[in-house]
Amino acid sequence: MTVLMKPPSQAKGRDQDVVIEIGGIPIALETTDAGFLDILRGRYGDYMRLGGRSEFRFRVELVEPETFNPDDDATVWLEDGEWRLERGDFRARWSPETRQGLIHQAPNPYSIDSVLRITHTLLLAQAGGFLLHASSAVRNGKAYLFSGLSEAGKTTIARLAPPDVTLLTDEASYVRRYDDQYLAYGTPFAGELGEPGKNISAPIAGVYLLAKGPENSITKVEPAEATRRLLRNILFFAHDADLVNQVFESACAFVAAVPVYQLSFFPDARVWDLIG
Amino acid sequence: MPQTEKYLSKSKTIAARVLGDETIIMSTVDSTIFMLNPTGTAIWQAADGNTPLSRIIQEKVCAEFDVPIEQAEADAEDFIAELASHGVLVISEQPIPR
Repeated sequence: MTVLMKPPSQAKGRDQDVVIEIGGIPIALETTDAGFLDILRGRYGDYMRLGGRSEFRFRVELVEPETFNPDDDATVWLEDGEWRLERGDFRARWSPETRQGLIHQAPNPYSIDSVLRITHTLLLAQAGGFLLHASSAVRNGKAYLFSGLSEAGKTTIARLAPPDVTLLTDEASYVRRYDDQYLAYGTPFAGELGEPGKNISAPIAGVYLLAKGPENSITKVEPAEATRRLLRNILFFAHDADLVNQVFESACAFVAAVPVYQLSFFPDARVWDLIG
Repeated sequence: MPQTEKYLSKSKTIAARVLGDETIIMSTVDSTIFMLNPTGTAIWQAADGNTPLSRIIQEKVCAEFDVPIEQAEADAEDFIAELASHGVLVISEQPIPR
């Protein structure tokens, strides 16, 4: 298995660093604010540790928000070799070359959550992966993704999961490519369920595009249509032509390797009889 | 009066992939996604900047999809105008150098 993102030699952990590792990518956050540390601990739980190895490092400076609406769109662009991320409640920049950056943000979990989501989408795009609007779960050692926009049923499917199913997320699924294989990772990015997913990973056995219906049925989706629908649900924020190309190629390669189905389901537990 | 010939070229600001007999296109400017059916795919693949539209219609549409020439011309005009309006396809009265 190829590890696509190797840690730089200078990225040794410091005792006071908070390291949040999502999708196998540890990102160190430097903060001296005890209250913010508590916020991170409450938000990231199993995904967070103090000190240790990291691949990226952000210094976090807490400021009062100019405006704050976590549903506002963030602006993301590449300038002078650095990624710039802005929304009313945060302003961040980081260098892909030095793997270091700076975050000015309000002292709340939503801002750091958005910065981390965006950062991960940028990192994944360069490595054939992506974040997908999807719940995901592991059953019998295989991961299954349930994708759709709001109200499609992502959280409903997660809520209906039987005890032998381990949830990875009910909101944003983390997909990484390792050669010709794709792995889904648990994420702390929660939707209506309000709970982080389990911090584990598994090979992806299938993607189900969700549609609610009067009965449960599964139909294979042809590659072009599967790619189109997948692209609609991939999270990416940057208005950058190279990045759009990368995401497009990633989606095409993913559909060539992983079966995509439409899952029409009636919202009760029987839908899981069809999965895994 | 003879109709002016048209030449087609794919925009440089798109990503595209032929999957089966369909094509998916994504604008790298605004991320808009387009899906082409088999007939549209045939025109798209022939849009090399040098082949006139009339020849594409005759050789790639009428011959392969058994469509009457009048209908193929009308459909093709609508199709290329739609793609051109989104900046996905470039239309010129002269051959388009690569």
